[in-house]
Amino acid sequence: MADAKKKVTVATCSLAGCFGCHMSLLDIDERLIALLELVEFDRSPINDIKEISPSVDVGLIEGGVCNAENVHVLRQFRASCRVLVAVGECAATGGVPAMRNHYTLKECLQEAYVRGIGVAGAEIPSDPELPLLLDKVQPLHHVVKVDYTLPGCPPSADVFWMFLTDLIAGRDPVLPPSLIRYD
Amino acid sequence: MIRAVSTPAIEPVSLILQHYERDPGELLQILIEVQHALHWVPEEAVALVAAHLGVTRAHVRGVVGFYSFLSDAYLGEYVIYVSDNITDRMQGSEGFAKYLCSRLGVPLGQTRADGRVSVHFTSCTGMCDQGPALLVNTLPVTRVTRERLDKIMELITARTPVADWPAEYFEVSDNFRRSDVLFRRVFEPGEALQAAMRRAGDDTLKSIRFEESVDPASGVSWKRGADETLKELYRSDLRGRGGAGFKAAIKWETCRDIPSPERFVVCNADEGEPGTFKDRVLLSSYADMVFEGMTICGYVVGSSQGILYIRQEYWFLKQALEAVLQRRREAQLLGENILGTGFRFDIRIHWGAGAYICGMETALIESVEGRRGKPRKRWPLPVVAGVERRPTVVNNVETFAAAAMIALKGGAWFAGHGTQHSTGTKLFCVSGDCERPGIYEYPFGVSVREVLRDCGGLDAQAVQVSGPSGTTITRPEFRRVFAYEDLSTVGTVMVFGPKRDMFDMVRCYTHFFKHESCGLCTPCRVGTSLLAGLVDKVAEGKGSPMDLEDIQHISQLMTTTAHCGLGQTAPNHLMDSLVKFRGDWDKRMMVAEFAPAFDLDASLAEARQLTGRDDAAAHL
Repeated sequence: MADAKKKVTVATCSLAGCFGCHMSLLDIDERLIALLELVEFDRSPINDIKEISPSVDVGLIEGGVCNAENVHVLRQFRASCRVLVAVGECAATGGVPAMRNHYTLKECLQEAYVRGIGVAGAEIPSDPELPLLLDKVQPLHHVVKVDYTLPGCPPSADVFWMFLTDLIAGRDPVLPPSLIRYD
Repeated sequence: MIRAVSTPAIEPVSLILQHYERDPGELLQILIEVQHALHWVPEEAVALVAAHLGVTRAHVRGVVGFYSFLSDAYLGEYVIYVSDNITDRMQGSEGFAKYLCSRLGVPLGQTRADGRVSVHFTSCTGMCDQGPALLVNTLPVTRVTRERLDKIMELITARTPVADWPAEYFEVSDNFRRSDVLFRRVFEPGEALQAAMRRAGDDTLKSIRFEESVDPASGVSWKRGADETLKELYRSDLRGRGGAGFKAAIKWETCRDIPSPERFVVCNADEGEPGTFKDRVLLSSYADMVFEGMTICGYVVGSSQGILYIRQEYWFLKQALEAVLQRRREAQLLGENILGTGFRFDIRIHWGAGAYICGMETALIESVEGRRGKPRKRWPLPVVAGVERRPTVVNNVETFAAAAMIALKGGAWFAGHGTQHSTGTKLFCVSGDCERPGIYEYPFGVSVREVLRDCGGLDAQAVQVSGPSGTTITRPEFRRVFAYEDLSTVGTVMVFGPKRDMFDMVRCYTHFFKHESCGLCTPCRVGTSLLAGLVDKVAEGKGSPMDLEDIQHISQLMTTTAHCGLGQTAPNHLMDSLVKFRGDWDKRMMVAEFAPAFDLDASLAEARQLTGRDDAAAHL
């Protein structure tokens, strides 16, 4: 992957996530400048590019898969990216959004749109523009092949930094225990 | 929580509590009685029990939640558990469970709306040689057939109490097919204990720790007998029969030598390893021998309290075991003044409530003390700090039986059988595809082939040794021998005939471990669940090479990082099967490198229904 002339392309997106992982990526602070010497961002909320290019080196995805649109985006990322990375707990396990898996979809939607406090004009939205929800929130690796998983909620800035610099330098990324210890 | 039309009144709980001291250690025993009386542990009972014992309601609920046979939902007048070992499945148990549910009109695991009946699966009930088996209101029904189920359902419809059901339904056979030196003769209660106490030993040998202590009342020197008996145990080289094979004499001597005002002798009759049923037979027909072995242990190590920890699947033995203990007390073989020597020892029975993990000695001790059966850290060992943090010998049922015979006939006699490093004889529980399933006693060193020949299972393609946590043996390995030098074993031999799909066993046991993981450590709690999910995926024909990589990776992680033996050995059967029966996996595999874990389009079905949409974007 180390190519002196050509920058490594990186695409990022958030599916059923909170963008907290993206915020944590930004927490590498001034190292962002060094990172930008090495990488070029493709689709990402950082530059607001909406569509991923056909060929990207690294895809970073935060959030799990909760609806049909998530599935499409994830499949696009898988088709385009040489290396696909599940970033953070939601991508790895479904995380907080997956707490709805204890209930049926009907119970969830009724609580939000029918029985909820202050709901007016109660009805479950059915506009074709809205992506349909999956019955359960799923981790990425249940839908596509995932090459790496960054643990953490969110993974710390140092985890992003170590992982990306290792990967760009052509090393197999290894996170020291101190970076993935949470107690 | 299911509140059926009418649930039993709460009154029996107060009566039950009257029989128990305000000792939190009694919690599990109390809850078992409550469950049996009410067929659930309602919140009102939780409050009463918590108040009686001075513990929190959360603690009580925690214990109820841990054990399979305790329930916070009402299970109905008739509670049917279908034994779910692979041997039961081979005899049609899955079909029988479906038949029961459909004819009774109740989904599996739920209580019928009229509160009459519920049907559940439970882990192996130890009736593998006479399955398929059920437990109905704690009593085992063996050799289940469709006709028998029809009769049972009639009795349930007529609300006939289980006590009035035909006795033949509950018949449990020993099926003792081959006996050798330990179990060939009739055991006379007291003979081993007398031999132990009178053992004067060989004066040319120095006692291990000889203390002359003549009881002034009787004039009997019983301490010497204890030392000499320990020496015989050393000579016998008896190794624990629970599977690990630790030398009994070392354990006993260590327990004896740790200064303490009290010690405990615990007999482990949890026997949760699927396919194992020798303890059931020993406690049915050789209870005196087992209790005598425990008493001799108490005598050797200086303990006055013995505990038989027995799984609730064997509740049908309760009266008989209590009668044996009472008879032994009357015969001065237990109690305050055993055989007039002043030696004091008694045995109480402690029931489990459906938890495989409680066969692990530290989890067993937690359970004895009335808590959730979670394994303790392995230091200190139970022999240093076990029950009530006192030095405790925990041995298997069969170990105590062997110890009694060693006390009677001497260590050299015992060591004259078996192999150099595996002395004596061993009980084997043979089940599965063979003509004569049952109990076989062989000297150690017997080959797999000899056992298969005797039981009529020579055409087997595989033998699962020591249960799901053990080893899968294939035909080329049938010459291997049962002994610590080669195949160490708890004695479980499940035979798989040539037509069996070995993947079915894997699926059965990955779910078994998922259910039985105690939840203490992440590698086991999460690992067993992930493995079951991956195996299911393969079973549905959606498995990909990546899934097999995951299975191997997770298995390796569990083997190296799980807290106790359960998690460390849970992937054994999987790993063996992937190597030895790859064909049974490959025929189910997809060719694609990766396959999703679930059906994506089906996952949108509920949303389609809720929104009334069926456009292109509503599908995946």
